[in-house]
Amino acid sequence: MSAYEAHFKVWRGDVEGGGLKDFHVEVNEGEVVLDIVHRIQATQAPDLAVRWNCKAGKCGSCSAEINGRPRLMCMTRMSVFGRDETLTITPLRAFPVVRDLVTDVSFNYEKAREVPSFVPPEGLGPGEYRMWQEDVERSQEFRKCIECFLCQDTCHVVRDFEDNKEVFAGPRFLMRVAELDMHPLDGAAETGLDRKRTAQEEHGLGYCNITKCCTEVCPEGIKITDNALIPLKERAVDRKYDPLVWLGNKIRRRES
Amino acid sequence: MATGTDPQARTTSGKDPTAHGVHAPSRAAVPARHLRTDRWWLSPAATAAGLFAFVVYSTWRAFSGDDYYAEPYVSPFYSPCVAQNCVPMKGGANWEIFGAWWGLSPALLILIFPLGFRLTCYYYRKAYYRGFWASPPACAVPEPRAKYSGETRFPLILQNIHRYFFYFAVIVAGILSYDTVLGFRDEHGRWGHMGLGTLVLLVNIALIWAYTLSCHSCRHIVGGRLRHFSRHPVRYRLWGWVSKLNARHMQLAWASLVSVAVADFYVYLVASGAFDDPRFF
Repeated sequence: MSAYEAHFKVWRGDVEGGGLKDFHVEVNEGEVVLDIVHRIQATQAPDLAVRWNCKAGKCGSCSAEINGRPRLMCMTRMSVFGRDETLTITPLRAFPVVRDLVTDVSFNYEKAREVPSFVPPEGLGPGEYRMWQEDVERSQEFRKCIECFLCQDTCHVVRDFEDNKEVFAGPRFLMRVAELDMHPLDGAAETGLDRKRTAQEEHGLGYCNITKCCTEVCPEGIKITDNALIPLKERAVDRKYDPLVWLGNKIRRRES
Repeated sequence: MATGTDPQARTTSGKDPTAHGVHAPSRAAVPARHLRTDRWWLSPAATAAGLFAFVVYSTWRAFSGDDYYAEPYVSPFYSPCVAQNCVPMKGGANWEIFGAWWGLSPALLILIFPLGFRLTCYYYRKAYYRGFWASPPACAVPEPRAKYSGETRFPLILQNIHRYFFYFAVIVAGILSYDTVLGFRDEHGRWGHMGLGTLVLLVNIALIWAYTLSCHSCRHIVGGRLRHFSRHPVRYRLWGWVSKLNARHMQLAWASLVSVAVADFYVYLVASGAFDDPRFF
């Protein structure tokens, strides 16, 4: 494949305003969108702000929206687009813009701090944790998260409704709650912290209407909706809406 | 070190402070509501069309109250038949729980359960939220409304009763399995026969069981709610099987929706005399 010239529209500006700027730039075989953004930066717009780091889809820094779809720029090959196609790149549109392609993602860190962390089990010291693989494999899937926040960006609950940011943690952090609630050694329940209850009452689980956009955009392929959000909803149902489960727990008093 | 990029230092002068969503004052000023260039509307449109077609067909058949039994076949829309005005079905799930006062189609008494199961199903929720409510119509395509409360309030908070409909769906699937077994008779009630209708009912019940057992609530009940799979090896094994089915929940939802309509239509054709059931043996 020979080199060709592609037409890019890149959003430039800051919170005061901005717009899409045209760039015609060379594309070579095997390149990804981030390579082209770097070429624009090197040859035409040296002050173009873009956040990036590993170029391997593992740091989660270069999240942006390419032709309206939230994606990692470093993992989006140019070969998936037609040569005549105009590529539009904007910053993540769910978060406040800082400059050009850089957004202020501090909303996510605030939500991360609201999720109580792993509670060490009583009577076990560091190095004494023993777990069976089948008990931790569900949580391990969620640990693949690179915190690119594409799921947070695409989730319509916060993307389309700024007001909901206060009450809704977003898929990434509801997945964190699920990860901890499924963790075989998390001692939260023994300390009186009911993660199922907090998922619904403090992290806004009920706002999720399971339309799966978070799963669609996840670059790690984590089945966020099927494996984290829906199981968490079912756990909340156990806790609040299922008298049979409540009765069973009362009678047997058996730890599951 | 001051970078000038901290949120407090930034202003949003000149922007509409009442704008919301992707046009909120703090976000990148992009006039277009979305910038997707693919055919994002195709999937919700096809979903809405498919569901609408099924609703139209099933409403017609459920209210007709006619042509739902052609021995040995009974339409899945009318089984179990629990009203006095049911057509007598030889050996079938035909119980007169509702007396003569019930004058409407007997299907209406029973369809509420499979309807409720599918209406609260996690896949169908996604399908109709996207297809009919545009909430959202597609990923990164904005919703056409200013407020959203999701499933936190009435009536959508009732989606949480899905597992109860799952329990009923298991019972209904059991009864439809019995109907399928009855399909191995001939038109005089003698066993050991099979026709094209038997095959239609067999495929239908296989898909209905696959859809029912692939349900997210089923996955949770059989094992998902456990924290220690290692202490419950049988439930862990079951959870693994259901998880495999669950990965195909969408496909099974559509396949079983089509199959149940096809099974009903087949019985309708035979019962109305429009088609003679070919007998294999």
